[in-house]
Amino acid sequence: MHEMSLAENIVQLIEEAARQQSFTIVKTVWLEIGQLACVEQASLRFYFDVVTQGSIAYQAKLEIIEIAGQAICKECKLKIPIASYYEVCPHCRCCNWQITAGDCMRIKELEVA
Amino acid sequence: MCTTCGCGIGPARINGKTLQWHQHPDKPLLYRPFEHTHSHKNIQVPIFGQFPNTVQRKTNSTYSHVPDLSQTRIIKIERDILTKNNHYAAKNRRYFSRHGIFVLNLLSSPGSGKTTLLVKTLQMLQNQLPIAVIEGDQQTDHDAARIRATGVPVIQINTGKGCHLSAQMINQAIQQLPMMNNSLLFIENVGNLVCPSAFDLGEAHKVVILSVTEGEDKPLKYPDMFHVADLMLLNKCDLLPYLVFNIDLATNYAQRIHPDLPVIELSAIQSTGMSSWISWILAGYRRAAITT
Repeated sequence: MHEMSLAENIVQLIEEAARQQSFTIVKTVWLEIGQLACVEQASLRFYFDVVTQGSIAYQAKLEIIEIAGQAICKECKLKIPIASYYEVCPHCRCCNWQITAGDCMRIKELEVA
Repeated sequence: MCTTCGCGIGPARINGKTLQWHQHPDKPLLYRPFEHTHSHKNIQVPIFGQFPNTVQRKTNSTYSHVPDLSQTRIIKIERDILTKNNHYAAKNRRYFSRHGIFVLNLLSSPGSGKTTLLVKTLQMLQNQLPIAVIEGDQQTDHDAARIRATGVPVIQINTGKGCHLSAQMINQAIQQLPMMNNSLLFIENVGNLVCPSAFDLGEAHKVVILSVTEGEDKPLKYPDMFHVADLMLLNKCDLLPYLVFNIDLATNYAQRIHPDLPVIELSAIQSTGMSSWISWILAGYRRAAITT
């Protein structure tokens, strides 16, 4: 349920941007959420609707761009796709890898008026 | 989460006092009441090309009191959702580093024995070095009372309906917690094996506690927590003769999520295995200490 805090943080960042860039309506919010980030997307969408009520993003559509998990295997040095923390390297079967993408949660951009 | 408006910050309390950032003078029903106190007379009209990181979509209509929804622009934000938390975490970390304070964030599900382990640890260390504790729970100050009974200074943060401690809460708590240079600070997070993993508090290490009554596969079921932890304590090992629990399997699962994760088996209540845990703390404490 920390998705509620995440949604609040999103609204705060939007309001900060609104003050700096003088917009009053947010139409679309694009997020980048990594496959490995500790975020439940359905829950985030639910809380986004709740916390944007009465804010400048109350009409905003939430678009989530999912970023695929990627890692470098520390044993065989190959780039590997990783969808969860308990996966093993498809090449050498070890679980000793370093994440290179897919653990982010960011606001990418806004469509505003 | 606030029961008045539904937002997640309040009514978080530190030692029973509401945190400063949250106020409800007129009890609005909405999360954030629509603020229409501003004037539109001198509003800055967005003009094409005015903001360097924006892209204008359509420019064929004039600006009016109500924003023209056909005239939209794209603004690049490119910021981490947890920017604010990370800002406070960095601030806390700088403070801890400047004062040589070694900070451990203790994480586990409810009932794993965190507070019992903490009380035992305090009793073993309190005559050797200055220690302080920040307790996090949704409600009550029961845990703070148990810590206070040892004589160690403690601050209780009640998160209300909140499911984790945030770096901002810790920032406020440390302003009220007297700590000497070269102290050891324990933060006992809210009992929750999911949410606290996402929030950096500025600690040196996250320590996850798994009790043997919980089942070996918890690391696989809640991987985020074991991924971010730097140490796993396997607690309540005195109960192993009465349980079906395979320590090797639990360790294997944890190390599948986090290769080389150190694991210490102990029983806080029987004081077994505590010496390895104490040595681990002291090694980190000495590294963090500053010479004054």
